[in-house]
Amino acid sequence: MTMRTLIAGLAAVVALGLAGCGEQPQVVQYKQGKYQGKPDAKPWDSAEWGGKQADWERAINTRTQYQNEYARTGPSGR
Amino acid sequence: MARMKFLCDAERCIECNGCVTACKNTNEVPWGVNRRRVVTMNDGIPGERSISVACMHCSDAPCMAVCPVDCFYKTEEGVVLHDKDLCIGCGYCFYACPFGAPQFPQAGAFGLRGKMDKCTFCAGGPEKDNSPEEFAKYGANRLAAGKLPACAEMCSTKALLGGDGDIIADIYRQRVLTRGKGSEVWGWGTAYGPGGQKPAAAQPKS
Repeated sequence: MTMRTLIAGLAAVVALGLAGCGEQPQVVQYKQGKYQGKPDAKPWDSAEWGGKQADWERAINTRTQYQNEYARTGPSGR
Repeated sequence: MARMKFLCDAERCIECNGCVTACKNTNEVPWGVNRRRVVTMNDGIPGERSISVACMHCSDAPCMAVCPVDCFYKTEEGVVLHDKDLCIGCGYCFYACPFGAPQFPQAGAFGLRGKMDKCTFCAGGPEKDNSPEEFAKYGANRLAAGKLPACAEMCSTKALLGGDGDIIADIYRQRVLTRGKGSEVWGWGTAYGPGGQKPAAAQPKS
């Protein structure tokens, strides 16, 4: 009985010890253009733009030009 | 495709902190986190200059390179974003960033860092666009609504420009030429090349 317990105990210790010998990759696997997180939707994929990238870009570019007051007043309006 | 960039005109910035307030208000950024701040050089001395600084959405972002859990990604429009579900708050990105953009809420005692928070170019994050989950984690998604970042659009002197890099570079070039400067400005040739001296739109009327 004691011998059997000892053998079982030794077997458990050996099994636990060997469990740490696995070669599991422990570093991040980088892939060009990918990342480990969730995928994100494109801004133009919303219901407002319906997937029309060109429309979204046109709207953004028009809005960007609003930051240029010379476009409204002209160089002489400075 | 556009590459979204910020550009701050130090000749125009008046250190009003309107951009900081607009960012905090739009994104409901918690206390202790400043996605954007105004930095003043030679404060109080005649000739002082201020610039508004946040994440510059680098083309080759060092935060992306050092992140041990690979939680950063770059959108098609060139905006650097991250997934807060993956972030472990290690702070490597903070040390790597030359602009001090990554911010960490003090989430607990003993200097415990929460998940990193930074400027998203008002583009939200990897949750459903304009959903409550996206707003809670990342703030507003103005880009999906066809709007530019609130900081740039709220800037009273239009010192802070945001949008497609080519367009805001053209706006800035026109300003510099109108001020009577040009090729003598440091980095001008690198930015605009020898052919970019005097675009027709910037010629003063005589």
